[in-house]
Order: sequence, then structure tokens, then C-alpha cells
Amino acid sequence: MADITKQQIGAFLGKQGILIAFFAFLIGFTIANPKFLTPDNVLSVIRSSAILGVMALGVTFVVISGNLDLSVGSMMSFSTIVVLDLHDKIGPALAIPAMFAMTLALGAFIGFLVGRLKLNSLIVTLGMLSAIHGLTLTYSGGKNMDIADKEGTWFSVFGQGEALGLPVPILMFVAVAAFLGLVLSKTSFGRKVYAVGGNSTAATFSGIPRARTVFICYLISAACAATAGLIQASRSLGSQNTVGQGLELEVLAAVILGGASLLGGSGTIFKTVIGVLILGFIQNGLLLIGLQFYVQFIVTWVIIILAVWLDIAAKRGKLWSQIA
Amino acid sequence: MKPGTVSTALKSGAIWGFIILELIFFSVMGEFMAISDSGFLDWDNMLLLLKQSAPIGIIAMGMTLVMVNGNIDLSVGATFAIAAIVLLDSMTWPIFAGLGDWVIPVAWVLALSVGTLLGALNGLIVWKTGVDAFIVTLGAMLGYRGIVFMFNGEQPTSHLNWTLVDFAEAEVLGLATATWFLLAATGVIWFIMTKTVHGRNAYAIGDNRAAAVNAGIRVGPHMMINFAIIGFLAGLSAVVFYSESGSVNPNDGQLYELWVITAVVLGGTKITGGAGSVIGTFGGVIAIQLLRKGLGHIGADTSTVNLVIGLILVVVLILDRQLNMKGKEELKV
Repeated sequence: MADITKQQIGAFLGKQGILIAFFAFLIGFTIANPKFLTPDNVLSVIRSSAILGVMALGVTFVVISGNLDLSVGSMMSFSTIVVLDLHDKIGPALAIPAMFAMTLALGAFIGFLVGRLKLNSLIVTLGMLSAIHGLTLTYSGGKNMDIADKEGTWFSVFGQGEALGLPVPILMFVAVAAFLGLVLSKTSFGRKVYAVGGNSTAATFSGIPRARTVFICYLISAACAATAGLIQASRSLGSQNTVGQGLELEVLAAVILGGASLLGGSGTIFKTVIGVLILGFIQNGLLLIGLQFYVQFIVTWVIIILAVWLDIAAKRGKLWSQIA
Repeated sequence: MKPGTVSTALKSGAIWGFIILELIFFSVMGEFMAISDSGFLDWDNMLLLLKQSAPIGIIAMGMTLVMVNGNIDLSVGATFAIAAIVLLDSMTWPIFAGLGDWVIPVAWVLALSVGTLLGALNGLIVWKTGVDAFIVTLGAMLGYRGIVFMFNGEQPTSHLNWTLVDFAEAEVLGLATATWFLLAATGVIWFIMTKTVHGRNAYAIGDNRAAAVNAGIRVGPHMMINFAIIGFLAGLSAVVFYSESGSVNPNDGQLYELWVITAVVLGGTKITGGAGSVIGTFGGVIAIQLLRKGLGHIGADTSTVNLVIGLILVVVLILDRQLNMKGKEELKV
């Protein structure tokens, strides 16, 4: 009897552990600094997490389908630079769809390589991380990109505007999350993504088109990276070529923290949002209680490993691994 | 000839063919487009190339071992930076003030030990928790970078010791110190992988972990030793590089893991483990460095280097797939 309860507790902790840890963090930080849970601070945390968050939503699809995407950081830099450059050349109304089309083409290329040709997604997207970075530098000639007339453009609305009393980046994050959440949980395409990631062979025998499903997952990831680039460009109205460098790993950290398995087949949009918020609130909370910025790196390290470890431990019913 | 012989020969020799192709291409193109007067296939130029390959190359040898073992290490860049800071910082510590130039070996040992310990820590976590090495080292990449910033914040750490600089800039038998370290690392890891029980077990574990366990191989300790080795080599790489430069930025070593993994994959190591060789990796390291140098030689900028290396990686994967497809019953999708 005791054994069963112990296992049940373990399973519960494994399933909901990340939410429990999240609330424990919130309570702890609030006690340490009462400013932490004020509406202003909460909004500013979510607002600054929005760019990372939107990218993480797309990567969630790729991860659930059993693949990785390390190219989103470079892709986001690319979108930012392209949309800023085109803004002055053809106007914002045309620049935005043009930028989306170009970024989606990159996503389609990766989707073709991983989906149709079945290449290893880690190496393909690692190569594309480098290649897209090179493409961005070639496009911009290595120079920073700036909008000429920063005051008179409506383009700043995506990054700096407010609607319904909330900053637009937050609204975009929420809208994309809600839409993709519905796609993943309520449509047949969403179920196909889980099926392909859970057991690719079984999915194929059940008549699920693996190649096309993976392809669309990469398109979604590219679209999310483009949206993140749009927010970034609109917020700063000028950008370096390396604006998204390193973001791919933070994005992956958020997705893993949310509980998606790198083996594929598990994870949800809601959990990824929780993962993004945890990263954002930890970052903010540690700064608010007066710690240096680099402490968040160390805390994130510990949290990522603990989160995945507890998840695995709950599944196997033992804390320590069975590796001899 | 057995089926598959051609593809195997093609694959094992491909990297050297590619290097020769690069040499010819850049020599010919250099005649028309070079910015400098000196030829590309210049002896001094090639020696410099070997020296410049050392920091990435030394770590790549360890990565080969780790990847053959079926794992991956994304934290090498951060480990490299920590070892570099320990190397330079420890030479100024008051307790070593009376040592004179004997502080150099002490600093080396400290830097190498720190690298080894950080690597072993990754290995221990992978072993004891059963969390995938990708996730463990992804976390460590952030965590170790945080430790780097703890030393000096965003300020660079600098210390020049002229005896050390002289040593690093010395040439023995025409080869630079860094080159000797690269060759030594290649030789030692080659020996470990091909001539020792540990090496054979590492291949077996990477190829089929369940079978290795059934054969009575203790998987955990082998993985941990390999992580310790790559940590040691990341430390060694830092020792070689910073003995000469004498100043380390907290962001140094970023993206090293990507360069290293690219070199290892180009060299023919299987990403899922079980196959690969340090000789191939050595070829991969040289190929990348040739590309960077060659593109510079014909006047291309860094953006082209990134673009070309990324695309080459993808093309290599496609070729690899085509060569492996023969005779395999693929599930038609």
C-alpha cells in the first residue's frame, strides 16, 4: 500500500512538478521582494518573454514531431534584418509579407531536408544555423540595419504599441499561442504530429504522411521565428545581424522545461508557455532580489536538469538511473 | 568486391578528396582573385593553418570519442572559457607569488583539472540521472557560462607572462607549439579509441547500448570517462590558445561547440554513435580551416564562410544518405 502511494506521489510530482515549482518560485520571489507580483512587473516580464515565447511555440511542434530546430535564432535575425531593410525600400505593408515569404522559404527548405529526405534534424538545422547567419550577413553586407524615419512609421505598433490596455507583443504571443494550441490539440493535423513523433513507423503504417507532417511543423516554426523577428524589428526599429544568436538554445530550454520530450510524441503548447514564463520570471526575480544577471544562467542549468530528471524518474519509478 | 565496398571507400576517403579539391580550387582561384601576392599552397601558409586549427581541433578529438560513444557535449565552449580564466587568473593569485615562473605549470595543472572536473560532472549527471546528454550539456552550456561571468563580470581577464608567451610562440622542428599539442591529442585519442579496451567498449556502447549492457559492459563509467576526457581537452585547448594571447573575454568560446561538431560530422562520425575515427575528424578540422582561410584568400568575407560551411554540412548529409540507401529496404513514405 505504501509503495503505491509513493509511486502515485512520484507520478503526480513528475506530471505537475513543473507547475508546482513555478508557483513555489512565484511565492518565494514575492516574499523576497513585494514588487515581484505587481501587475506592472508581471506585464513587463511577459512582454520581454514574448519574442522568445513565440519562437518556442513553433519549436514545440518540431520537437513533438520528434525533431530539433536549432536554426530559429539565425532565422529570427534574418527576418529582423530583412523586414527592416525592406521597410524603407517598399514600405511596411509590403515588407512584412515579403519577409514572411522569404523566411517560410527557408523553413520549407529545412522541412524538405528533414521530412522528405529524412536527414538528421540536429545536423541539418546546425548547418542551417550557420548558413542562414551567413545569408543574413551577405544580405546586409555586415552592417547594422536601421529605419530612416523612426518617428513617422506605423511599423512600430507590433513592438511598442498598446491595445485593450495591453502591450501588443503580449497580445501577439497570446494570439499565436491560442491558435497553435487549438491546432495542436483539436485538429487532425495536431494528432498526426503526436503520432509521427511518438512512433514514426507505426504512424506510417496507419497512413499518416510523415514527410508532409514534419514539413508543415518546420513551416510553423519558421512562421513563428518570422513573427518573433517582426516584434523584435518593430520594437527596436534597428538591429544588429546577430540579434537572434544563441536564442535557439534558450528556446529549446523553455520547451524542455515545459516537459516536451526530445524523443518526440509529448508536450503541449500550454506547457511550453509555462516553460517560457518560468524562464522569464526566474530571470526577472533573480534581478529583483539583487543578484547579478549571470546567476540566472546557473539557476537555469540546475532547473533544466532537475525538471527533466524528475520527469524521467517519475516514469521509471526510480530516482536514480538503471545504467550500470 | 562485396556490395558496399565502393561506398565505404568513398566515405572514408571523401574528406581527404574534399581537402585536395579545396587546395586545388583555392590555388587556382587565388591566381585570379587573391588580395595578397603569396600563393595559397605556400609552405608557411600551411604551417600557419595547422597552428590555427589547434584550438578547435584539440576539442574535436574529444568530441569524436563522446559522439562515437553515443553522446554529445554542447558545453565545451563554456568549459574552454572557464579553463582559460583559471589559467590566467591563477597566475596572479597571492599564494603563488613566490613561485616565479614555476607558477606556469601550476596554472596549467589547475586549468586542466578544472576542465576535467567540469567534463566529469556532466558525465556523472548523464550516468546517474539518465537524462539525455544533449539536455545535460545544453544546461551546462548555460550554467558554465554563468560561472565564467562570476570571475570578472563582463570585464576581460588578462595576464601576460612572457616566459609563457615565448613557450607558446616557440617552434620545434618547424612546427608551432600549438600544432604539436594538436598532433599529440590526435595521437593519444587515436590510441585510446583503437588500442584500448575502453575505446572498444565506447564503440560498442554507441553502436547498441542494450547489447553492450547484455555483454556485461559497464556503460556509466565509460561515458563518464569520455566526458572527463573532452573536458580535459577543452582545458588543454584553452591552455594552448591563451598561453599566447594572454587575455580572455567572458564570451570567448561561444559557438565553439558548433564548429567542433561540424568538424566531427564532416570527418564521418555517425551522429547516433558507434562509428567514426579521429583521423577522419582531423581531416574535418583541416577541411574547415582550409575553407575559412581559402575563402579569405580569394577575398570573400566571413559571411560566405558561414554560408558555405552550413551548406556543405547539409550536402554531406545528403550524399551520406544516398550512399547508405543502397541495399537497404526503406519504408516508402
